[in-house]
Amino acid sequence: MLRVFWCILTRDLTLALRRRTDVLTTLFFFVIVVSLFPLGVGTEHQVLRILGPGVVWVAALLASMLALERLFAADYEDGTLEQMLLTAQPLALLVLAKIAAHWLLTGLPLVLIAPLVGMQYHLSETAIGVMMLSLLLGTPILSLIGAIGAALTLGLRGGGILLSLLILPLYIPVLVYGAGAVEVSVIDLSDTMPYLTLLGAFLMVALTFAPVASAAALRISIE
Amino acid sequence: MTLNWFKFASPPSFYPIAGRLIPVFWILTVILLIVGLYWGFFETVDRLGGNNPQKEYYRIIFIHVPSAWMSMWLYVVMVGWAAIGLVFNTRLSFMMANAIAPTGAIFTFLALWTGAFWGRPSWGTYWDWDPRLTSELVLFFMYIGYMALHSAIDDIRRADRASALLAIVGLIMVPVIFWSINCPDPNQCAALHQRSGLGRMDGNILFAMLTMTLAFWMYSFATTFMRLRGIILTREAESAWARELLTDGDKT
Repeated sequence: MLRVFWCILTRDLTLALRRRTDVLTTLFFFVIVVSLFPLGVGTEHQVLRILGPGVVWVAALLASMLALERLFAADYEDGTLEQMLLTAQPLALLVLAKIAAHWLLTGLPLVLIAPLVGMQYHLSETAIGVMMLSLLLGTPILSLIGAIGAALTLGLRGGGILLSLLILPLYIPVLVYGAGAVEVSVIDLSDTMPYLTLLGAFLMVALTFAPVASAAALRISIE
Repeated sequence: MTLNWFKFASPPSFYPIAGRLIPVFWILTVILLIVGLYWGFFETVDRLGGNNPQKEYYRIIFIHVPSAWMSMWLYVVMVGWAAIGLVFNTRLSFMMANAIAPTGAIFTFLALWTGAFWGRPSWGTYWDWDPRLTSELVLFFMYIGYMALHSAIDDIRRADRASALLAIVGLIMVPVIFWSINCPDPNQCAALHQRSGLGRMDGNILFAMLTMTLAFWMYSFATTFMRLRGIILTREAESAWARELLTDGDKT
């Protein structure tokens, strides 16, 4: 079972690394969105420090959602996905491997670039550290929940817009606690623990149920 | 005697029953509406509360609270039918879930709309990021998402099952979302809405409110069945019984 997981993971990563622009577009989308806000609301340091965590998190939400469309689309078009549904391996496991690869390509880069955008907003080092930690816990949840939506909207006209309508409301808890952790860390670092543990709990629950739900959604979409 | 639960699960046998039930529910709606509105306007006190009284405008709750309750209840009912459809593979269950969604969305919108009008005089603002308000807004988005997904898929079978799964996922997420908005700080929760308790309410106000809730409930039945009949006819247009019905004229 682990070999199947590994096989899908390396396959998806290899495929994506052959076309690096896809990975880079998501990353630059994130950076551009974050960079636009100061131009809109003014560049006063105090304002930016307050807005920073929320803006970075909303941008991360949008970036990860934008990339979701590609999660199953290519495999659906060339028929690979159909073959995956027919294998004897548990579909949820294959889906989990695809989600993991997707996160490594779209979620992890956001975590790594976070210090850079944090500096744009004059956040302190501790706040940046907490932001990276909250993104590290939060972005996998986004990929996991988003996979359900991506599976449901597979192959539909205007799937991207529809996907955002379905999935964004479900992202709210992650946004609240992810941005909340960073905001609180500015005041008192020791208060951030409850936020991060909650995010960790969400991640565990999402890891357990989201792949199963996505697998069910895929079976509905491809009959 | 064994009861055949699936007898009315077939569209041809449910169609006429729905037709006969619709007038009953409409009559009940009108009666309850008249009683509830009369009671709400003329039998209740004009001012509410002590030091900072709410004047006549508090009567908005006779629309606001029932529609908020119905919006949530209808979502649960919708998910219930969707789940039954997924489990038993009954077409009518999906149609039922489909027929409920617009009524639920309308009640959600009504709750938000009346809430804004009530909030202006009492809170001094049309909108506040209060947990219940925000959750109601999220619920509205979920209804819209359900209907959007259903209408985006051309294949009816896939549309039914995909939107059913979405509705179920939504129902699981709603408490988490409400809780996260209610307690943005995990250590303490705060809400603008007062803690409500039916026991502490004035008897007349409670009576009017519950009557209005029943009226809205009956209204939901009536509109859902009307929409359901429409959906049944659209989807079964090719079947023999539907053709017969359409050519001979609808007698129910």
